[in-house]
Amino acid sequence: MPDPGLTLDHVTIRRNGRTLVDISDHIAPGEVLTVMGPSGSGKSTLLSYIIGTLDSAFEARGRVILNGTDITDLAPEARHVGILFQDELLFPHLSVGQNLAFGLRASVKGRAERTRQIEAALADIGMDGFADRDPDTLSGGQKARVALMRMLLSGPKALLLDEPFSRLDTERRDQIRALVFDQARAKGLPVLLVTHDHADAEAAGGRVHRLE
Amino acid sequence: MTPRCDTKTARARFLPWAPLLTLAIMFGPVLAGVLGTIGPAFGYLPALGGDSVSPTAFAMLFDWPGITRASVLSVTTGIAATTISLLLVALICAAWSGSRAFRVIERMLSPLLSVPHAAAAFGLAFLIAPSGWIARATSPWLTGWDRPPDLLILQDPYGLSLIAGLVVKEVPFLLLMTLAALGQIRTAQARDTALALGYAPVTAWFKTVFPRVYAQIRLPVFAVLAFSMTVVDVSLILGPTTPPTLAVQILRWMNDPDLSQRFLASAAAVWQLALVVFTMLLWRLAEIAVAHLGRRWVASGARGGATRTVRAIALAAAMLSAGSIVFGLFGLAVWSVAGLWSFPDLLPDAFTGRTWMRHAMNLWPIASETLIIAAVSTLVALLLTLACLEAEERHGLKPGSRALWLLYVPLIVPQIAFLTGLQTLAIFTGIDGNRLAVIAVHIIFVLPYVFLSLADPFRAWDARYGHVARALGAGCDGVLWRVRLPMLLRPILTAAAVGFAVSIGQFLPTLLAGAGRVQTLTTEAVALASGGDRRVISVYALAQTALALLPFALALFVPAIVWRNRKGLRHA
Repeated sequence: MPDPGLTLDHVTIRRNGRTLVDISDHIAPGEVLTVMGPSGSGKSTLLSYIIGTLDSAFEARGRVILNGTDITDLAPEARHVGILFQDELLFPHLSVGQNLAFGLRASVKGRAERTRQIEAALADIGMDGFADRDPDTLSGGQKARVALMRMLLSGPKALLLDEPFSRLDTERRDQIRALVFDQARAKGLPVLLVTHDHADAEAAGGRVHRLE
Repeated sequence: MTPRCDTKTARARFLPWAPLLTLAIMFGPVLAGVLGTIGPAFGYLPALGGDSVSPTAFAMLFDWPGITRASVLSVTTGIAATTISLLLVALICAAWSGSRAFRVIERMLSPLLSVPHAAAAFGLAFLIAPSGWIARATSPWLTGWDRPPDLLILQDPYGLSLIAGLVVKEVPFLLLMTLAALGQIRTAQARDTALALGYAPVTAWFKTVFPRVYAQIRLPVFAVLAFSMTVVDVSLILGPTTPPTLAVQILRWMNDPDLSQRFLASAAAVWQLALVVFTMLLWRLAEIAVAHLGRRWVASGARGGATRTVRAIALAAAMLSAGSIVFGLFGLAVWSVAGLWSFPDLLPDAFTGRTWMRHAMNLWPIASETLIIAAVSTLVALLLTLACLEAEERHGLKPGSRALWLLYVPLIVPQIAFLTGLQTLAIFTGIDGNRLAVIAVHIIFVLPYVFLSLADPFRAWDARYGHVARALGAGCDGVLWRVRLPMLLRPILTAAAVGFAVSIGQFLPTLLAGAGRVQTLTTEAVALASGGDRRVISVYALAQTALALLPFALALFVPAIVWRNRKGLRHA
């Protein structure tokens, strides 16, 4: 049985000869690794490399291994790595329910069953009956919860967080942070969090890797 | 660049070829047409027994008594129309950009742009003719006229009314291009800095913003120059007649039943092309001279003033230019329902739907032909544009800034220069005179406009939506069809509306590729010009305008209805 969890095997990312990221680490299921650094230090670049959307202007090396499978050369959609950005990026042309349906795995068949799971997901985050709402009419906290649910419904095997709490006000921030980490722990997902906020790192409680 | 897309399906394998195919569709005909013009111009046209190279056709051309006048006319109308339009646009931007009045002007642009040249020209003609609305409004109390004066206002020998007709249509085009350029460079800062240094607003704009804007709109300016020098439909309506402009005369020779006249027509088309190249060089020299003077003016430190006067002049000019189109269309509307209307009455004695009813039966098949041609050519142009943009995204086939020239080639090479040759080729290969030939030629002109109007919004789309969608398990096609295109619905429909309007306005391509057998509202309206029946002309010109405006209305309302519950897309 290979090591479960997310392994970064000597990942280095350079641009114009300058090394932005150099990391080698293993994140066990349910564990949170926090990568900290000032803006422009390449934190987000690392996440782009892991989900497979890194711009070709960067030079990247090293392997990304998820639950024993090397996913470095897979298409982004085949990697099963979920990501949350600073902006929720809910698709503005879809309703809240349709956004969740976009995330929900296609292997869940039948309209009734899909609807049921979406309703259940909304109930999970205390947003019953929001399926037909326009995402642009939601509050910041509600949007963050929908984005989280949309990602979880896609059945990710790892979770990447790109400063997802920085847009929220202090009160909401603690609430959403707890929700995200609880869900990840409950589902046994390895979590990689990048942030410049020490409070995030403390709340995550795991190890911290610093980028210069 | 979108990483790692599936390349196994046929569609995915086609995509990297899309830019090349698009270039071929756009340039193949232009190139073939130019060659098809040059060959016969030098006597080479085997099908008509011309198999040796000789300058006979050029000798005939320069023996034609009207050649000097027609050539001079082409150069003067081109330079005058372009200079006046550019000056007007610069003045409007300098005096008003950033103000509330400017936003009103911006909003009027698209509809003004979509009014076909022919309709705008007819509208203007009915305003300024000796028996037109302006004369009626001022007679007899001001002018003392109780019958239309015997003045040669329309089709004057100096081409002044032709220049006016071109200016009212080129100002909205250049203004739109200038707005796009202004959006790309940060102009407010430069201007504010100059204001803080004590410069008057208009002077500040000309000294700090204009040089950079001009560099961005040089291609559109050249397109306006080439178009104004060689336009046919506007010239048939407003231009001089004896001799006509060179482009109109070429068309006459082309339509001559005596096929040997084609040698003459081709030689004249080559000459026209040479004139355009010559005038562009002249323009380039003028650019250098103006830039030199401008630098001295900037270095002089003159702060300028008279802001209010300049603003008033700019606004008056903008209103005159836009008003000519608006009141012109209004005039067409009144003529189309006019009963008896004698001079100098401001309005007809009676209104009647007779003209509309009498022509409804004829109008219908022509309108549907126009619609089919416009719809198909727009659809093809839209698909090619989207394929090119998506190929750029997936395969990194990003055109350099120099490649932008390519888009302008069909707009800068005069239509008359390559359509003449294209028709000659088509006749002897037997592919002229049908709807497909017309559609193929329309695509050449629709494509650049669709591409220019869609490229910026397509590229400006936030790529992170795509990254999220892919992390959620969507493939490249899924991102395109389920996320990107729906989010870009409004700009896509706007681009389609622009393409539609361009296709509907085409006169010469329809006439030459259709060999006179494919009738659209534009060819019919222009053909009616010589008859002079204002009521019938108005009906056709209005039908043409309505067809061109309709898609803009749809582009406005469809997204508003489809996305009525989507606040995030209301201003997209």
